[in-house]
Amino acid sequence: MDQVFFFYFALVIAASSVLVVAMRNPIYSALSLLIMFFHVAGLYVTLHAEFLAAVQIIVYAGAILVLYLFVVMLLNLRQDDRYHRQWPVAAAIGSVLAIEAIVLTLLKGGTAAVVRTGQESEAAGLGNTEALGDVLYSTYLFPFEVASLILLVAMIGAIILAKKDLEGRQA
Amino acid sequence: MTVPLSYYVALSAVVFLTGLLGVLVRRNVIIILLSVELMLNATNINFVAFSQAFHNIAGQVFVFFALTVAAAEVAVGLAIIIALHRAKSTINVDEFQLLKW
Repeated sequence: MDQVFFFYFALVIAASSVLVVAMRNPIYSALSLLIMFFHVAGLYVTLHAEFLAAVQIIVYAGAILVLYLFVVMLLNLRQDDRYHRQWPVAAAIGSVLAIEAIVLTLLKGGTAAVVRTGQESEAAGLGNTEALGDVLYSTYLFPFEVASLILLVAMIGAIILAKKDLEGRQA
Repeated sequence: MTVPLSYYVALSAVVFLTGLLGVLVRRNVIIILLSVELMLNATNINFVAFSQAFHNIAGQVFVFFALTVAAAEVAVGLAIIIALHRAKSTINVDEFQLLKW
């Protein structure tokens, strides 16, 4: 049963990510990315990461993708842009990496057995959200504060970059 | 876990490769940013799968931070795209050659 769900989610994720790159209209690309985000959230649910599934839908599908669609519709693009001239380079790099991935996947005799490391917060009988919050606000408190600083800097930077002219100065 | 870990790694590799090809091949800056989102999601799938396999919640914490950085990247990237479109009224990357020698 798990395998059925995994193959469904994996198939839709792979197909919609190919559609993101292949679609000619940026709006269709953004909408297929939306489908991919929802299925990645479903994959997180099968991996017992329910909080991340909710965050994935709220942040990615709700905030980031709406921002993309807003900019696509604001700029009112033409559709005549297709592929770059450097596609032979892209094909070479892509095929080398694909071959490497296939070889590494087939050579899985070298993979070690599943290692049980410390910090088994989930084994303490807590739910996923409680365990995540417990670790996030104790062990990873400093990176959490740094993340808030990154968001502040990104907000100020986005406002300054997108503003037409600051205090009468020509932009 | 009945689904082997290597299946998740293979799915993540496929999504990452698709995103990489999108960055290299497409000329629309918005599609390039969308492909970067694909690559970030591929790493997130890997993080969550390994977090489940090793019974260690730290992987999910890192997905949380990757999400934060992705949101910041999108905000700044789209602001740059709007500024570029205002300057040259196109978002085709072939048109932006100011720093090219």
